[in-house]
Amino acid sequence: MPRKDITSGNWAVAEAMRQINPDVVAAYPITPSTDIPMKFSEFVADGLVDTNLVTVESEHSAISACLAASVSGARVMTASSANGVALMHEIFPIAASYRAPIVFGLVNRCLGAPINIHCDHGDSMAERDSGWIHIYCEDGQEVYDTMIMAVRIAEHKEVLLPVFVCQDGFITSHCFEPVEFLDDEQVTKFIGERDPLLPLLDVDNPVAYGSLALTDYFFEIKRQQIEAMKHVETAYNDVAAEFARVTGRNYPVVDKYRTEDADYIMVIMSSAAGAAKETVDKLREQGHKVGCLRIRLFRPFPAKAIVDALKGAKGIAVCDRAASLGAPAPLFTEIKGALYDAGVHIPANTYVYGLGGRDFFPHNAEEAFMDLINKKMSTGERYLGLRE
Amino acid sequence: MAVKLKDLITKERAMRQGHRMCPGCGAPTVVQQALLAVDDPIVITAATGCLEVSTTIYPYNSWGVPFLHSAFENAGANVSGIEAAYVALKKKGKVKKDIKFVAFGGDGGTYDIGLQALSGAAERGHDFTYICYNNQGYMNTGAQRSSATPKGANTSTAPAGTVIPGKIQKPKDLTAIMAAHHIPYVAQTTIFNPMEVIEKVKRAIETPGPAFLNILAPCVLFWRLEPSMQREICKLAAETRFWPIYEVIDGEWKLGYKPRKYVPAEEFLKPQGRFRHLLKGDIGKAVIADFQKDIDEEWEYVLKRCGETWEPQA
Repeated sequence: MPRKDITSGNWAVAEAMRQINPDVVAAYPITPSTDIPMKFSEFVADGLVDTNLVTVESEHSAISACLAASVSGARVMTASSANGVALMHEIFPIAASYRAPIVFGLVNRCLGAPINIHCDHGDSMAERDSGWIHIYCEDGQEVYDTMIMAVRIAEHKEVLLPVFVCQDGFITSHCFEPVEFLDDEQVTKFIGERDPLLPLLDVDNPVAYGSLALTDYFFEIKRQQIEAMKHVETAYNDVAAEFARVTGRNYPVVDKYRTEDADYIMVIMSSAAGAAKETVDKLREQGHKVGCLRIRLFRPFPAKAIVDALKGAKGIAVCDRAASLGAPAPLFTEIKGALYDAGVHIPANTYVYGLGGRDFFPHNAEEAFMDLINKKMSTGERYLGLRE
Repeated sequence: MAVKLKDLITKERAMRQGHRMCPGCGAPTVVQQALLAVDDPIVITAATGCLEVSTTIYPYNSWGVPFLHSAFENAGANVSGIEAAYVALKKKGKVKKDIKFVAFGGDGGTYDIGLQALSGAAERGHDFTYICYNNQGYMNTGAQRSSATPKGANTSTAPAGTVIPGKIQKPKDLTAIMAAHHIPYVAQTTIFNPMEVIEKVKRAIETPGPAFLNILAPCVLFWRLEPSMQREICKLAAETRFWPIYEVIDGEWKLGYKPRKYVPAEEFLKPQGRFRHLLKGDIGKAVIADFQKDIDEEWEYVLKRCGETWEPQA
């Protein structure tokens, strides 16, 4: 029987990892994701998993060992945040290019300076072109469920790509809330066994990973990765549908909250959607037709699903928990591009909020909605919760 | 333990012909000698460097065994990950065979940028053999100085100028650093006696846990050396005591080669164009005197650690 418990986002990841029972975990501690390897190492110490835990000496070695273990044929997981993610940066595109499935609990934290341990999406946004799948989660339940689904998506034969499962540092990672867990047997059955393609440890069929490919082949190899990304959304939807059959919990690529008939829609990611949805309810009670579109799958970018959800709106507010210094914020840029490609012209405001862990309150969401309702539209940058 | 030459002649080579290393390069010699020592199936990983780029030019591949390269500074972490996967999958019965793991790195990928990953892998005690083919510089990118480059060498980032006579620092003692990890097997050698190299690598691979070998191997191009002099220069490195040959087995230091006669450092320097500027003028003379002093001190240190004395013939 599924059990419900009070747990944190980090412990939800660790519990998913215990149930997944990966072959190899190579991890290095960094706030706010440290609880994940700490909790998981207790499972190892107590003999609750068969995992070979490699307590490496840096994040660079963590992801290098994960990559090597994955191409060797093992099921591999790790976790990190912020500077750790940045230190791993070199290896991310290599892992994607080697088509190495790795499930990565990414606990979002800002990139300094100034040094700061709190949440924004600057760390994962900096990796958006690395060739990894990016999934952003709203709460602990979703983090837990997504970790389990991510194993299947990463190892899907038409995909074979590493996956970031993102949650907001401290806000989700350290917040204790009720989470419903599957039985161990249900998880084991859902994820199945890894059936690796061309594993390094198949010594009778030797393969080389990491060749030098110059002007004559590099381009074609990158093109194949782009093709693999095109298969992700279908694989994702198949896995999510099967997960929904088992659990009753649905995780479409975008989470549409009262958007069906909405005139004004806020587009946002991760935990801040909570405040946005609460504000939607409040404004709906006041007679405003508003809604919230939460982007869950960010890479590959589900442009069609997003355009379908937004095309009937009169105005949208795109909220980014990251800034692209010197250019429009990343989510806003993607949304504009998707609408442009679809020939849909909707006035859109861009807001940057929550950098360095600044709270995002319902009144911040209301401010953005009121701009839309009062037709205060402009293409210039706007901020929510900033002192100027 | 004893290796017989006749058994090795017919053995299949792990690295095959068609690679694009320079004629006379020491790196393929290191690889061929080292891998002749292995009887079990092996998986190879390599740091970015000449060996890696010259053996895996897509769609070609010189390796007859599984091979992984991912970056410059992480051969230690890569071999850790492969070994960790092997241990996990072997326990579950998904991998049946006994497999050995060998990592190769140049001195750039080992002494410098990859030292942390190697140190971590050694400390954690994975079962692997790491072989540094040490050609004393960043040769793949055009002879920049590394922390393994000898004092006085002319390199592209420490060039011999009118004021500064090449690299002014002496190399770090990586072999001793690795021995200080108290891993079961560490060795320093070079490639003028194949049977000696093969036996050392065999011991390294058969030793459970981490093993490290620092093998001096010339880059004939940037040592400015006649390609035919590969073996001879390595012998001179040992005879001048520039490159002491020794093992550290479970903490016991054991000297592997004692030159019979005193051979001055110039004999090692003279055939190499990278030291040509030292052979004329007072500054060069002073650098060579310093070079000799470093050799004598290092040799004394190794003798002491090995509990040996040395009385060269006149």
